Amino acid sequence: MQPHITIPHSPSELTCPLYGHNPIGETDNDLTRHGEREPIGERIVVAGRVLDEDGRGLPNTLVEVWQANAAGRYRHSRDNHRAPVDPNFLGAGRAITDREGNYRFVTIRPGAYPWRNHDNAWRPAHIHFSLFGSAFISRLITQMYFPNDPLIPHDPVLHAIPDQDARDRLVSSFDLALTEPEWALGYRFDIVLRGRCATPFEAPR
Amino acid sequence: MSLVPTASQTVGPFFNFGLTADTKLGVLFRDGLEGERIALRFRVTDGDGKPTPGDSMIEIWQADSQGRYCDPGFCGFGRLETDQNGECTFQTIKPGRVADVTGNLQAPHVNVLVFARGLLKHLVTRVYFAGDPANAEDSVLALVPEDRRATLLARPVGDNIWLIEIRLQGDRETVFFDV
Repeated sequence: MQPHITIPHSPSELTCPLYGHNPIGETDNDLTRHGEREPIGERIVVAGRVLDEDGRGLPNTLVEVWQANAAGRYRHSRDNHRAPVDPNFLGAGRAITDREGNYRFVTIRPGAYPWRNHDNAWRPAHIHFSLFGSAFISRLITQMYFPNDPLIPHDPVLHAIPDQDARDRLVSSFDLALTEPEWALGYRFDIVLRGRCATPFEAPR
Repeated sequence: MSLVPTASQTVGPFFNFGLTADTKLGVLFRDGLEGERIALRFRVTDGDGKPTPGDSMIEIWQADSQGRYCDPGFCGFGRLETDQNGECTFQTIKPGRVADVTGNLQAPHVNVLVFARGLLKHLVTRVYFAGDPANAEDSVLALVPEDRRATLLARPVGDNIWLIEIRLQGDRETVFFDV
């Protein structure tokens, strides 16, 4: 590819869609309630904060997730992994961060799945995340992994990121405080978006 | 305190049911909206100009006809996946002119993000409109070598239909920006 051209930040780069007026359904952040019955698998809570580079929580930010089911199968016409589709698990959800930048999902722990990239290639369990933040330049799509997953050292997708610290930050941590007794284990995943807000061109929020 | 932004990862091949199932996100236009209605068609191609079928996602972000972002009457955001021909079409309006960092007006443009399975991080580009006299005074186009500016110009291909090719690599690679 050719080198990218650096451009200064005008309102085109420093604004982004506002979601405050775009209603989120009551169960949008609970992926276990999108079918007629409960899906099969290990119920989990995935929660965390969305922060800017100064460590401030980003309120009112859209967080979208999508993932495979407990058997490692996506609800997608081109996923031909020989694992069962769960009619009660659609695998997509969304949430809006609260005033402190907190988000929370309830879902099923996704399974690992084979992807034919190389001999015996398996993706570690992961959840795809999509976020907007406060500006078009803060747009982020990434993947969250689970702690101590034995497939992580073998995954070329995660290792496309050369920096070990950056890879480690994509691995969630088990959190007893998020874990709900007799119900679900909790995993914490905090996300930092780029784009500082202190600019006269920032759109009013 | 200064935190490091979370690293980007590929959107992967299976984003459809998570991100692009709602095709309403391709329609920014609605009745009564001020401005010139247009269809803006993207065609994502490889280095040989061949369409990349079905595994890209395009997001657009644009001002309204008065050059205002986030106007309460117009959400300038759109999102679609490309089809088997590498294409997707947004129903929108031609954006107005937006001020640049020095206060000068930029030419009408649509901000574009390109996501695809093969991309670790999305690509950032812009679409301008061929033949618009304002292009000559646009401060961002001025940063682009003259022989590559045409890669950013949508061309009319029908009644208010504009086509922009996003070529991911090769001799006529689209200009991508670092923002």
